[in-house]
Amino acid sequence: MPLIAVNRLNLAIHDKPILKGVSFRISRGETLGLVGESGSGKSMTALAMMQLLPHGAEASGEIRFRKKDVLQMPERELCRMRGRRIGMVFQEPMTALNPVKTIGAQISESLIWHFRISRREALDRAGELMERVGLPVSRFPLERYPHQLSGGQRQRVVIAMAIACKPRLLIADEPTTALDVTIQAQILALIKEIVKKDDMSLLLISHDLAVVADMADRVAIMKDGEIVESGPTGSLFENLSHPYSRSLFEASNHVPQKRVRPVLSIARRRTEPLVKVEGLVRNYALPRRSLFKKPPVFTAVDRVSFNILPGQSLGLVGESGCGKSTLARAILGLEEPNGGSISVLGRDPFSVRGKEREEVHRSVQVVFQDPYGSFNPRHKIGRVVAEPLFLLRGEIDEGEKRRRVEQALSNVGLSPLDMEKYPHEFSGGQRQRIAIARALVTEPRLIVADEPVSALDVSIRAQILDLLADLRDKLGLAYLFISHDLSVVRAITDEVMVMSAGKIVEHGPTALVFDHPRHPYTRLLVSAAPDLKTAIKRRAKRERKAGVMVKEKTATGAGEEAGET
Amino acid sequence: MLAYVLKRSLSLFATLAVATAVVFVVLEVLPGDPAALMLGVEAREDTIAALHRQLGLDQPALSRYFTWLAGMITGDLGTSYTYSVPVSELVGERLAVTLPLALMALLLSVVIAFPVAVVAARNRGRAADTSIMALTQVGIAVPNFWFAILLVYVFAVALRLVPSGGFPGWSAGAGAAFQALILPAVALALPQASILARVLRSALVDTLHEDYIRTARAKGLTRHAALWRHAVRNALIPVLTILGLQFSFLIAGTIIIENVFYLPGIGRLVFQAITQRDLIVVKSVVVLLVASVVIVTFLVDIAYAAVDPRLRRR
Amino acid sequence: MAAITPASVARAMRENRSFAVGAAITALVLLAAILSLVWTPYPIDQLSVADKLKGPSADHLLGTDHYGRDILSMLMIGARTSIAVALVAVGIGIVIGVPLGLLGAARGGWIDEGIMRFNDLVFAFPALLSAVMITAIFGPGAVNAIVAIGIFNIPVFARVARGGALAYKSREFVMAAQVAGKGRVRIIAEHILPNIANLLIVQGTIQFSLGILAEAGLSYVGLGAQPPVATWGRMLNEAQTMMAFAPQLALYPGLAIVATVMGLNLLGDGLRDILDPKLKRRVG
Repeated sequence: MPLIAVNRLNLAIHDKPILKGVSFRISRGETLGLVGESGSGKSMTALAMMQLLPHGAEASGEIRFRKKDVLQMPERELCRMRGRRIGMVFQEPMTALNPVKTIGAQISESLIWHFRISRREALDRAGELMERVGLPVSRFPLERYPHQLSGGQRQRVVIAMAIACKPRLLIADEPTTALDVTIQAQILALIKEIVKKDDMSLLLISHDLAVVADMADRVAIMKDGEIVESGPTGSLFENLSHPYSRSLFEASNHVPQKRVRPVLSIARRRTEPLVKVEGLVRNYALPRRSLFKKPPVFTAVDRVSFNILPGQSLGLVGESGCGKSTLARAILGLEEPNGGSISVLGRDPFSVRGKEREEVHRSVQVVFQDPYGSFNPRHKIGRVVAEPLFLLRGEIDEGEKRRRVEQALSNVGLSPLDMEKYPHEFSGGQRQRIAIARALVTEPRLIVADEPVSALDVSIRAQILDLLADLRDKLGLAYLFISHDLSVVRAITDEVMVMSAGKIVEHGPTALVFDHPRHPYTRLLVSAAPDLKTAIKRRAKRERKAGVMVKEKTATGAGEEAGET
Repeated sequence: MLAYVLKRSLSLFATLAVATAVVFVVLEVLPGDPAALMLGVEAREDTIAALHRQLGLDQPALSRYFTWLAGMITGDLGTSYTYSVPVSELVGERLAVTLPLALMALLLSVVIAFPVAVVAARNRGRAADTSIMALTQVGIAVPNFWFAILLVYVFAVALRLVPSGGFPGWSAGAGAAFQALILPAVALALPQASILARVLRSALVDTLHEDYIRTARAKGLTRHAALWRHAVRNALIPVLTILGLQFSFLIAGTIIIENVFYLPGIGRLVFQAITQRDLIVVKSVVVLLVASVVIVTFLVDIAYAAVDPRLRRR
Repeated sequence: MAAITPASVARAMRENRSFAVGAAITALVLLAAILSLVWTPYPIDQLSVADKLKGPSADHLLGTDHYGRDILSMLMIGARTSIAVALVAVGIGIVIGVPLGLLGAARGGWIDEGIMRFNDLVFAFPALLSAVMITAIFGPGAVNAIVAIGIFNIPVFARVARGGALAYKSREFVMAAQVAGKGRVRIIAEHILPNIANLLIVQGTIQFSLGILAEAGLSYVGLGAQPPVATWGRMLNEAQTMMAFAPQLALYPGLAIVATVMGLNLLGDGLRDILDPKLKRRVG
């Protein structure tokens, strides 16, 4: 008998259907992975199970938990269930904790609430829980406030809160999406260990197939509020039958067409580099500790040297705060270095003036991560894309300007008619195309792409990567491709630099660096990155050994039950 | 926390120093010869010269400023020109009316605003909320002195429940004095309470959307418990800002309201001083009130840090 | 979010009740104030004791006061005084405060710190205290009220402009403009100001309504515009002495203040909803 069974769950918010006939079961001690892209309804499913739905939501169907239907439970009973029987871990560790309460108070709260034990006793238990999630009280006293912890540490606190009452079911909604890859690996390992030891069931929600394949016994794939396919992880991924899940799987593994010969620094010693960075240092002053001492200095970029050759696609990987964005800003001429030098086309972008300065700047353009923050919401696309042409003012007339904008738009697969629209009329993927068009309009030699696909769903991500590869080949562009996602970097770059704490710790041909990492940090990074293919292989092997049915059921349509029988 | 308080205190003293300098420049340097201004156009040369000497105006401005500052620190505010008594005595007497009035109004506005805001926020979008919000919309639009006039008309003129004005003095007993202050306090408090209630309600509504409220609910806390344990303290942060700002409005309001009720407070004193061109009194009163605003702002900053641990380290 | 066009205003009127009501009241008061420049039912500088304290009639729609002046005419001129004082005071706040706030946000460092401390200092001088000081030196008058209220508006607008500019400063489209070689002033004009304009407009209506209240208070205690110019505040002051036998005199000016302030507040609330791009996205 399953621990929880969701049967034909329908959900509408203000009469807009969100979930359509969602059914699944989770057995005792089992981990179910719920996968889907943004807007597929996976988070709403979790909130429906907790009955913490937003205002105006109406659910029908059945969520059977311990012989009772959650949808029919009175609020008082729900409050006894939440936290006590079902624990939940949310995506955003930075905002999931109350900023004005100590972590001790927040962890002990549910213990006091559900078990009516004394504060003293609850705090003792909170200390044990902290130990359990890898935050020993000796180093992380219970009197700490959330802002004194890092993102990963906060997520550990959230997990401690969720498991405080030893719930039977743990729901984790994108628990590691906001975290760096090495921290993600640690948190996933922690969740795995807790679930196994306490024989908990786990509903793991994620957009990341690799994470789910690694963690889940069974997987359900969601699209537009429906579960399109489900089954034991290994066999499901090996025999995907629904066209959507197949395209999702392919997009996750997508590698744009490789060019025949990568541009490598070693092979082309003679070529004059586009950009030459030597011993670059960039410091920031931190807030003063005391009025009488000099403010401490944080070195964001520490003696970094490298070249970018014409047409080369150079990757820059590292975790948040390692200095990769600062480095990018320096190359873009936005941030003057404290030491070392940058030269673009043989000139120093910070000392050249007038026409020469404009020439330097128009040869290096940028694509940012956030497809929403990249555009002034009050400007039409025509104006947005034409903005860098400010660097050519006085040189080209209105007609040429228009021609260039149209050319750039058509290069990224958009129509000249889009010039009259506003940014909010476009989807995330289209916006990223617009951002690329804006970068192309000055006909640059190098595009600095700062996490250009990180905010996109996998299928859109694949399209944008193809576009970037295509433009590189067609226009002979060079890229400085910054990302925390190793698979993306691997897909599009010739060479890669690994950055850690302001320093470049490893630099070489991409495949070589990732397949045979030499620096310990690179090794850590590579081993922490979830890998879909190996995870599936491992799962499938284990399933065959255990004799799990290859395919439980071809659950494709709405309303059909996806689960063990 | 201690470092934070010290840093804030430093900026408190700096602001106080500059603020007193501004008052000094406006009232003693801008007019040219304050003595001539105080005596008016018909005054004789020698009278002006005598007052000039008496006020020490033959000294350079900078030394006068420091003498004045030193005087204030020791409690010597000079002698009123019209009343011929030490200004400190005069001000002390009047403060005994103004201060209790302002505090009563502040307390009353908080006591009214808090439950009203909580009720509105908990019933967001429902009838209770909309009607409370409509009422506060009117409340902030009502000038307190007009509201005071209406209160006087209803409770003093028509119903004859309380005196229409005047103050019997604390010597007449706390009861009588309290009775004289209750209408002015209500008149001051209700518009203030309206603003406060609106700010607190919207702060509460915003906080109730925060992720940590969802976390608290996922722990099993009821809506009610999540509101009291997690939302209220966070919602206090924007409310403190308003409370600090409101204090300066409250001071202005108190000064005006005293005129409606003929209360012998600081407000009456300063208006009499203006008509009699008693610059010494005006200067002292203005500095006193400015200083009180600065000090309250300082206290609000400290309260911020007490509520929000993120600020303490700055 | 498109620009403000007549069509978008008309749609906003239909969809947003508080905007419609607020705009209507504000328009009415503005109209009365402008009309008073060229016409009032009766001149108010002529006293006619024979007509004193008349009730509402066809001749005098709202009756007359204790000097026999027509109350409606007084209210119209009072509206003009209030609006003129409050509007100029808002203008002072915007013209000085907004550049200060933008400067602080753009330059940061000690310039920003200095501007913030200046704000703190000015906040210590409520309009009434400034007015008391100015009046003690220069005697009472409408200009005092304008200056006193205007000074207090400066840090208000400086803070709003600074906060808004800081929020947009780190946005990627501002960085994109920098990469396009645009200078600080140009970026502020093209990217920052248009985006914080809605904040400034909303704050402007709030300060306008606070200015009306402040002007009424100042003229009530005699620190505002002087006779023969009519002000709502002084009308209330005079009415207070007649309370026992003509309480209606205290009613009209008070209601005029309440209506005007409420109208402006509703207008501000409505504008906030209409101009907020976040709300827009949620709806559309």
